[in-house]
Amino acid sequence: MTRYLIRRVLLVIPVLFGVSVAVFLMLRLIPGDVVDVILGTEGAASPERLAQLRALFGLDRPFHEQYLAWLGGLLSGDLGRSIRTSRPILPDILTRLPVTLQLATMAMLLSLCIALPLGVLSAVRRYTRVDSLVRVIGLIGLSIPNFWLATMMILAVSTFARGVLPTSGFTPPSQDIGGNLRSLLLPSVALAVANMAILMRMTRSSMLEVLRQEYVTTARSKGLVERTVVYRHALRNALIPVATIAGVQVGYLLGGAIIVEQIFALPGVGTLILNGILQRDYPVVQAGVLFVAASFVLVNLAVDVLYAYLDPRIHYG
Amino acid sequence: MADSKAVSVYPSARTGEGAAPVRTRGGDLWRRLTRNELAVAGGLILAVVAFAAVFAPYLSPEDPLEMNPTQLLQPPSADHWMGTDEFGRDILSRVIWGARISLYVGAISVTIAVLAGVSLGLVAGYFGGLVDDLIARVLDVVFAFPTILLALGIVGMLGPSLTNTMVAIGIVYTPVYARLARGTTLAVKERDFVEAAIVSGASSARIIGRHILPNVAAPLIVQTSLSLSLAILAEASLSFLGLGTQPPDPSWGTMVNTGQRLIELSPWPVVFPGLAIVLAVLAFNLIGDGLRDALDPRLRA
Repeated sequence: MTRYLIRRVLLVIPVLFGVSVAVFLMLRLIPGDVVDVILGTEGAASPERLAQLRALFGLDRPFHEQYLAWLGGLLSGDLGRSIRTSRPILPDILTRLPVTLQLATMAMLLSLCIALPLGVLSAVRRYTRVDSLVRVIGLIGLSIPNFWLATMMILAVSTFARGVLPTSGFTPPSQDIGGNLRSLLLPSVALAVANMAILMRMTRSSMLEVLRQEYVTTARSKGLVERTVVYRHALRNALIPVATIAGVQVGYLLGGAIIVEQIFALPGVGTLILNGILQRDYPVVQAGVLFVAASFVLVNLAVDVLYAYLDPRIHYG
Repeated sequence: MADSKAVSVYPSARTGEGAAPVRTRGGDLWRRLTRNELAVAGGLILAVVAFAAVFAPYLSPEDPLEMNPTQLLQPPSADHWMGTDEFGRDILSRVIWGARISLYVGAISVTIAVLAGVSLGLVAGYFGGLVDDLIARVLDVVFAFPTILLALGIVGMLGPSLTNTMVAIGIVYTPVYARLARGTTLAVKERDFVEAAIVSGASSARIIGRHILPNVAAPLIVQTSLSLSLAILAEASLSFLGLGTQPPDPSWGTMVNTGQRLIELSPWPVVFPGLAIVLAVLAFNLIGDGLRDALDPRLRA
């Protein structure tokens, strides 16, 4: 087990390295370079000024040196400065990341609370009206864009229940924990729906698969109550693929959070990235994308480790 | 990230174990598909959307770009079935033209993903070894990014435009196809007919093209239908954020974006384009589910 865990943790390193290279390469996609972007608003600049600025950003050095310098900064906690506000980027990200992570976590918990019971119900009552209803809900949930759902929820609340729930802004948990949860309620519902649909569908098909297995038949023929068979024998095994998908879905939630934050004016990394894109503040975009991707990789690591404890079938040598 | 992460979010499209080629004749598949009520419903919705996209110039009652200052933000009426937007443009006409943009972006970006992904997957699976390892590492990195985040990053750097949106969505969905094609290739490669072809001296290109590719097709079809739904959602999301289709072009996502700023005055510019997105995405999801059930006898009732 320990060996498996060590191997799994070590496997993350090349992926994180690859992510950092990819994020660094992203800057290469800009037409021209950062200096052109900065000077774009100032009109024509003299060749000396251009060269001076390029040297300042290290753009005159070979590519691998630029990368190593950037990576070195990254590892020592220096993400550079915004080219619009000149503020250091790291503190901004560190204050904003918890908002994004809290939003994604709440959305995941919400989805699981609804997806698991409904998915099991649907599988146990296969081909009944309940099953059809759950399947249709799943398909529609999968098809609703989160930004539209969010907009419609804001419309509904401001028309029929004005003031009941905040539709914009964020209350930090340090200030008021109840207010904090309320300020994230609508955003996390908007974010959760598609995820809930996917997990529900997965729970259903996974349960159906498990209920066909021999050990379930054996449990039934031993005369166990159906309840015990479903919850003690089937569900535990059916949850394994659901956990895998839930890990993958964290990526969807983190990505979706970017959109949802924008709509509800939440001060997360998503709004930082989007404003960065709109203001062509590339170092900020780069850093934001890097942190969200790294969070995703680490969450998946956590899921895999958790899995190693949960999965009764597998013993990692 | 181990192979467990190769699983697509859809239970069916599991690569690896489930990807064993299923021999199904076309007629058989069609019969099973048309017996599935949900799939038929999906097909009908898609037919309507595709019809609107193809015949937009003849179907739309007005020019989707024509502004009318005397008719701003009108509710639905006999003249304007879906009302008008903040420039007095006819929403129905814009929704109809929006179908064209949505399907166009979906088709192009999924084509990019299929071509790039399947080529990578076939090469990785067929040649194995170092090539396989290299491709796998690169795909692991792409998989490490949440899809919409990566698409955002690429469009953000390349600059907001329709073309860049299609490229970004294409790149984002490439790894799914690569894994799918790789898994199937590995399974098929060991089979007798491929070994026979190798022994008889056929070239690699011929073996891949004639013997392996046809077997990759079945899981690919299901994935393509599901990817189209995701691509349409992605385009709508990027356009909603102002990074995809640029105004005044009538993309559904753009329409929701501009509409939501004035939603207190009139909800219709948001409601109808949003419903159009839901229907188009739903159609591909229904068809994808139907195709999966028809192609995979294990999951059938």
